[in-house]
Amino acid sequence: MTSYGRAAKLLCFAAFTDALAFCATDAQSVVNPVGPQSGKIAGLWWFFFWLLGAIFLLVMVAALWTLTRPNRGLAQEPLEGTHQVSQETESRATRVVTGASIATVVILFVLIVASVSTGKGLAELPYKKNTLTIEVMGTQWWWNITYQNSDSSLVFTTANEIHIPTGRPVQIRGLSNDVIHSFWVPNLHGKADFIPSRVNTEWIQADKPGVYRGQCAEFCGLQHAHMIIYVIAETPENFRKWYEHQLQPAGQPSDPTTQRGQQVFMNNACVYCHQIRGTDAAGQNGPDLTHFGSRLGIAANTVPNTPGNLGGWIADPQSTKPGNHMATVAVNSADMQPLINYLESLK
Amino acid sequence: MIQTQDVLPNVPNQEEDISNLERVWRRGRGLFGWLSVTTHQAIGMRYIVTAFVMLLVGGIEALLMRIQLAKPNNTFLNPDLYNQIFTTHGTTMMFLFAVPMMEGMAIYLVPLMCGTRNVAFPRLNAFGYWMFLGGVLFLYWGVFTGAAPDMGWFAYPPLSGPQFTPGKRTDVWAQMITFTEFSALCVATEIVVTILKMRTPGMTLNRIPLYVWSLLIQSFMVIFAMPAIVVASSYLLSDRTIGTHFVNPAEGGDPLLYQHIFWFFGHPEVYIIFIPALGFVSAIVSANARREVFGYPAMVLSQIANGFIAFGLWVHHMFATGLPQIGEAFFTASSMMIAITSGVQIFCWIATLWTGRPRMTTSLYFVYGFIAIFVLGGMTGVMLASVPLDLQVHDTYFVIAHFHYVLIGGAVFPLFGAFYHWFPKMTGRLMSERLGRWNFWVLFIGFNLTFFPMHILGLKGMPRRVYTYPPEVGWGSISQLATLGAFIIAIGGIMFLANVFMSRKTGSVAGNNPWEADSLEWAASSPPAPYNFEYLPVATTRTPMWVPREERAFVTGLRTDRREVLVTTLMDAEPHHRYVLPGSSIWPFITAITVTIGFIGSVFNPWYIISGSILTFFGLLGWFWPRRSTEIRDEAGVRA
Amino acid sequence: MFFRSLSALTIGAGLFLTGCQREKRDIRPSPTRLAVYGDAAKESALRPGGPINPQPVVTNPYNSSGYDISEGQRLFSWYNCNGCHANGGGAIGPPLIKQQWIYGGEPANIFDTIIKGRPNGMPAWGGRIPEYQVWQIVAYVRSMNGQQPTSATPTRPDTIETNPQTLRNRTSGETK
Repeated sequence: MTSYGRAAKLLCFAAFTDALAFCATDAQSVVNPVGPQSGKIAGLWWFFFWLLGAIFLLVMVAALWTLTRPNRGLAQEPLEGTHQVSQETESRATRVVTGASIATVVILFVLIVASVSTGKGLAELPYKKNTLTIEVMGTQWWWNITYQNSDSSLVFTTANEIHIPTGRPVQIRGLSNDVIHSFWVPNLHGKADFIPSRVNTEWIQADKPGVYRGQCAEFCGLQHAHMIIYVIAETPENFRKWYEHQLQPAGQPSDPTTQRGQQVFMNNACVYCHQIRGTDAAGQNGPDLTHFGSRLGIAANTVPNTPGNLGGWIADPQSTKPGNHMATVAVNSADMQPLINYLESLK
Repeated sequence: MIQTQDVLPNVPNQEEDISNLERVWRRGRGLFGWLSVTTHQAIGMRYIVTAFVMLLVGGIEALLMRIQLAKPNNTFLNPDLYNQIFTTHGTTMMFLFAVPMMEGMAIYLVPLMCGTRNVAFPRLNAFGYWMFLGGVLFLYWGVFTGAAPDMGWFAYPPLSGPQFTPGKRTDVWAQMITFTEFSALCVATEIVVTILKMRTPGMTLNRIPLYVWSLLIQSFMVIFAMPAIVVASSYLLSDRTIGTHFVNPAEGGDPLLYQHIFWFFGHPEVYIIFIPALGFVSAIVSANARREVFGYPAMVLSQIANGFIAFGLWVHHMFATGLPQIGEAFFTASSMMIAITSGVQIFCWIATLWTGRPRMTTSLYFVYGFIAIFVLGGMTGVMLASVPLDLQVHDTYFVIAHFHYVLIGGAVFPLFGAFYHWFPKMTGRLMSERLGRWNFWVLFIGFNLTFFPMHILGLKGMPRRVYTYPPEVGWGSISQLATLGAFIIAIGGIMFLANVFMSRKTGSVAGNNPWEADSLEWAASSPPAPYNFEYLPVATTRTPMWVPREERAFVTGLRTDRREVLVTTLMDAEPHHRYVLPGSSIWPFITAITVTIGFIGSVFNPWYIISGSILTFFGLLGWFWPRRSTEIRDEAGVRA
Repeated sequence: MFFRSLSALTIGAGLFLTGCQREKRDIRPSPTRLAVYGDAAKESALRPGGPINPQPVVTNPYNSSGYDISEGQRLFSWYNCNGCHANGGGAIGPPLIKQQWIYGGEPANIFDTIIKGRPNGMPAWGGRIPEYQVWQIVAYVRSMNGQQPTSATPTRPDTIETNPQTLRNRTSGETK
């Protein structure tokens, strides 16, 4: 076998194992549901898949069978000259085609019923008790998140990462303040378009703790590919602890380097866009950074949240995420490390 | 020109008729003659060639995209370029390849199949082509000057609005649409009138070839659907150029309004592309199975139902926008029901092949490929019709896989089959069957290798229109496989071009009817004379070319010293009156130039609408200037 | 056939050469434009020890580019210029759509105004935001006055308009 053949084989094998592996991976997959919404949809998916797959095979068998009958019709009929098929053949074919058409109608009707009833099943979640409301605003190219509560002292803002308790229905109220985005966390539910001037609501629930990756699913401009959101499902106890911590303002920096970092932050253009509760920085244009240090990623999870990535991001946002709206602020090399330390200290 | 029609025993002056026809229908000389041609074969061929070039260009754009996506975090294309390329790929394929190609084949074949000499409005035909060419040139001028559209081929606002897509990119896109929709409307109008009023005597509605039925239905669909896209793109264009608020939510406009109007066009659009392809399949199957297609009434009614139902599906593109559940359920039902109409047709073709005597020519290979690929695409379409499933896989690679299966499988494979089937008619030479079979298998394998894995990518969470992805999501090796498949498709395309160029020089000479097919275009010579038939053949059955030679009838007595055709009644195609068609004319070209000036200029300055209109007035003045017997020429070719 | 191809090629080349500044997207700011000018609120030329701060470059590198005018529009709202200048009509601050510029309407003048600040309340942005963003705002402000090609200027923002004539100068378009 030539090296090309080997390479092609390897590629096919890799893709095949990848395809098999997807059944086993959790990440961002439609067929790995972790909650009732995505579970119902996955169930419907497999029903459709097997039924329609069988129908496809049947049709293919019928089509390919015609190839095994070269040079004769159903009965041995010379077609030259008359090009007419006998009446008997024609009526047999009529019966078969009519039967197949009726079967098609019936099967489609079954599929419609299955689909509509699954849709009704998906609409049950809002009627359960003890729901949590999170308002998510999609904006170019990150997610602005506000946890809602009728008690306004329990309302706080964060960005790009949602924590939810397992077993509790969560209402995602979707907004957009620029173009149309779409909130999609496949492990949890289908997608909901966030359209400016409308509120689109989606109900999700996670039954297993885990980190579920989602992505914007409506083309929204240059960095549509890097608008990623993590939904982290935790046990109710852990969620409560996280929630209470998020309500706290940022702590004051303790050591001189971190204090210097805070100074650098306050004296630069950072404050025009970012908010750190507990300090004077209250910009609303960019993500809230109050508890930035405890988040998984930077720049809507384009890169993982490590000091090195953070330094690269601040020094040159356009190389990490070309076209994004963060200003390229020239920070002195002497000031960069303290700034990174400060931001990472905002746990 | 070789006269291959039989010498008719009782018709006097046949030689004189033939030489008159040659003279009257001859194209003028030089560039001026080329610009003023109004015969349908020439214009149809122009559409076909231009649209095919657009297919190649769109294919190159696809290859660029696939190279960028072959591995994670690739830097082959920056996001701005990638956005421009995927938008231009979609726009080129949908507006500049698919619809014009189907129209071009229709313009070429419909008058031949109907047994007449030209389309009903020859100058409008020429004008439509120049408008199409104007759209092509305008869009690609934009592409080469950095103004390629970059907001997706459906250009949803607010992303495509003035604030979020600065410059002229979206304006170029929106005005290109106006060009191509004008062109489509021109073609649709003349095809409808040709089919309804210019069929040869005896070709009752019950005897119209299935391809011609498909074009009739498609043309009506064009007439109803195209105005919607003109409205949608005009809303966008006026929002961007003169500051209106049709789709600006802050001032009371609605982005969803655009989506509704766009998809009211957009869904029928794909059936506009697909239904003529079904016509191709019918023609190829009947010729190669040696019997007429089974279930003619069922086929016709299915196609008509297809055309109607297609207008009731559009919301399935908007299931994720938060519309009420009961509304969405209605569209689930209608989207699934349209599978019945396509299914019935597939069953009829399979029954035809089953009860006929199939002869495996390359075009029949492509028909089998069509059945395999299109039915799979139809299955995923039924999945997408279901709202819960669509909420998961909408705007992902699953949808990309679906529509490439139905469009390439459902339209491009039949189109290639059509090329192999009618190439002998258009050029007089047969294509190589051996290379054709290789061509088919390379395209079939390459296509499935590229697009089948995309179903898996979509289920694994990969959204559409992303210019890159990180390594940890596990999309890398499947993407690489898809890129490999894309290059195999490219090889298939090159093989096809090689076959075309080779066969034009060295293919075996085809007679009038190398496939012994049944419809009237095979009565004309290969390639047809500009006047198609010396004497129009009469149709007494659905398969006129299978009537024994002795029993065939012809229309005699039409004047041959002018471009005269026979207009017949709608239902039964009885001769009604004679009509003289206009000859060559430069005015369609001139009018197209003036309209182009108005359209292109208005993108930059609204005042060009006024000046363009004034210039167009003069163009139309020349076009409609009353002619006194200008079509009658004496023996020396001088106008009487 | 030959002439047809030749003319097609020539037309193609001509079209290609009309490529323009308008559609350029300079996503990455040039490293020379990242400077954040220091405290430059001084209005006097006298300075002990000679000038410390480099003088700004006088031509706007982002003239005529639709993308940068659009970025300027975004920054105009993000940095709250419309808090004082509304959408150009003026409120607490003077209007920016006008024929009489208090401190000059040339790009260099507007740049100076933004960097150094002006009496009666215009803050000094020098030392706060990078230079390339100031030039983008300058491009946008001039687009309000018809000083940028109309093909590059957005006709309206996707927001509520306080003044329908916000982005086009309906008079002769002259500025002093």
